[in-house]
Amino acid sequence: MQLIQLIIDGVASGCIYGLVALGFVLIYKATETINFAQGDILMLGAFVAFSLIGVLGMDYILGFALTVVIIAVFGFFLDAVVVRQIIGQPPFATVMLTIGIGFILRGFASIFWGTDIFSFSTPFSGKITEFNGLIISYVNLSIIIGTVILVSVLYLFFTFSRIGVAMRASSENQLAAYYMGIPVKFIFSLIWSISAATAAIAGVLLAPITLVDTSISLIGLKAFAAAVLGGFGSIPGAIVGGIIIGIVEQLCGTYENYLFEGIREISAYLVLILTLIIYPRGLFSDKAEVKKV
Amino acid sequence: MRFIFKTNYAQDINIARHGGDKFWYSTLIILMLAMPLLIDDFYLGEISYVCILAIAGIGLMILSGYTGLASLGHAAFLGIGAYTHAFLLTNGIPFFASIPIVVIVSFMVGALIGIPILRLTGMYLAIATLALGFIAEHVFIKWEHFTGGNRGMPVPQPEIMGMSFYDSATFYYVCLAFLILSMFAAINILRSPTGRAFVAIRDSEIAAQSLGVNIGLYKALSFAISGAFTGLAGALLAHYIGYLAPDIFNIFLSLSLLLLIVVGGMGSLHGTVFGAIFVGYLPQLIAICRDYLPSSIGSQPGLEPMLFGLILVLFILYEPLGIYGRWVKIKLFFQLFPTYKKQTFKKQKVFTKSDRV
Repeated sequence: MQLIQLIIDGVASGCIYGLVALGFVLIYKATETINFAQGDILMLGAFVAFSLIGVLGMDYILGFALTVVIIAVFGFFLDAVVVRQIIGQPPFATVMLTIGIGFILRGFASIFWGTDIFSFSTPFSGKITEFNGLIISYVNLSIIIGTVILVSVLYLFFTFSRIGVAMRASSENQLAAYYMGIPVKFIFSLIWSISAATAAIAGVLLAPITLVDTSISLIGLKAFAAAVLGGFGSIPGAIVGGIIIGIVEQLCGTYENYLFEGIREISAYLVLILTLIIYPRGLFSDKAEVKKV
Repeated sequence: MRFIFKTNYAQDINIARHGGDKFWYSTLIILMLAMPLLIDDFYLGEISYVCILAIAGIGLMILSGYTGLASLGHAAFLGIGAYTHAFLLTNGIPFFASIPIVVIVSFMVGALIGIPILRLTGMYLAIATLALGFIAEHVFIKWEHFTGGNRGMPVPQPEIMGMSFYDSATFYYVCLAFLILSMFAAINILRSPTGRAFVAIRDSEIAAQSLGVNIGLYKALSFAISGAFTGLAGALLAHYIGYLAPDIFNIFLSLSLLLLIVVGGMGSLHGTVFGAIFVGYLPQLIAICRDYLPSSIGSQPGLEPMLFGLILVLFILYEPLGIYGRWVKIKLFFQLFPTYKKQTFKKQKVFTKSDRV
């Protein structure tokens, strides 16, 4: 029973990793760059939601929606103004560029909102439900349900909408997509904005658990483990990878005494390195081999 | 424009390419040797720190600038060097015996890390090294027997020929000597077949492979050599800090090293020194900036990472070759005056999906 309880908690935190990893994967599939600032965008989302809901006293749903829109617009312009300039340069340049952007965002957040730890009230805070002796908090439930909804919406979007299909076409082959009359640059910026919106959603859902401060941007690094485990470039892989990382982390935390002290904090990184060494193509990779970038 | 007519083979392998090089570099060395007479102890300490950073920069430059492998966890090597050195000194091993052991240990660790992850390229490698950096930081915290954990670890300050490391001039000369030695070693490594192989791997792995370069071996070797230089810098850094704590060797230090090579100029050893000067004096620069900003912004702790990121972004976008690249451009402008063409340094674009196979 305790094991099931742990797994449920793990799935909830894993969904957050999965959502952030989803952001990585979307951008990577389309533009072959990795956005190292994904965790910082998540942090920004949480802070914006705090300002709207906690400070301005907006309704939770309204504040949530507005946060996602603001961050999505931010993501769009981040690509259109800054990141696009780097296209055609070695991957090292994009790595450094996005790391730099991450630092700017973190510095900006700590200047603008300060270094205190904030929280805002959500309809889920502090409520729990019991089911066959399992205790499930509403916050965890909201994260899991939110992830399921978001992934379904994204799935429908990529399968049926015109823009979604255009996005898949552009990730498949930029040049061919361009010849078909798809505005590839615009589409890429849209992908950045979807990816930023996903991170913002993860940030707002996460806010009741970790509270809001600049250190939550470190989640972005753990989400790398999720993305790599799922096979970089696979959307279901990102979510499954995230859930696995979440469960592993919970289990390592509980059975720390049997393993070694402090394994919880580094378990995600250990999984990451083991995946890269043993099975670098990841669980859900659609390619036969790891793409060389 | 200066044309060098080579009349014998020795000229081709000379380190100093012409008289100008000899004159300026020997002037620089004399100036550096005379430094303790010219400035006071505080600034001498700063310059020692710049020398240490430059050694670490050489390490990362060989890996990232010359072999094209990004490492986001290089602070781990600094940590390994620093802790090994402090541990050996505490156990009574003399300074000059400890340094080679530190270099060998970091070389081995570099090779050990390099071998499993040499299959990875580009972004995967960056992510893996990032994770390794975090794991190393945790090991420094948890392995209390060796590192003292969060309590920290004092570094004994040895004496060399009767002169203590507490004397900043002595320490300065030690750092300077190691910097010159490292620079000399790096120059020689880079113009040997090993170094040529590194550059070949950076420019095109496939081309290098078809010319018979053993990619796996040379990548691991590059990691190991880079680790050795950085470990040496770590040992000196241990003396500079005086008291080791695990949180010194965090991700921010790794990224400072990356900032160092990016700002200095990727793929140039000159760049490591320029970058080290820049990173070493960045805190002072920020302190000066604070004075000019309104106090509500100037007194914020977040200013430092923000400027750090901003400088990184601006350099990547507008001067990817760094300070050294700018210097080369300015020099060429005057050499070719008035026929300098901007297109000489036009960035070559590598488009995805066509370049990689």
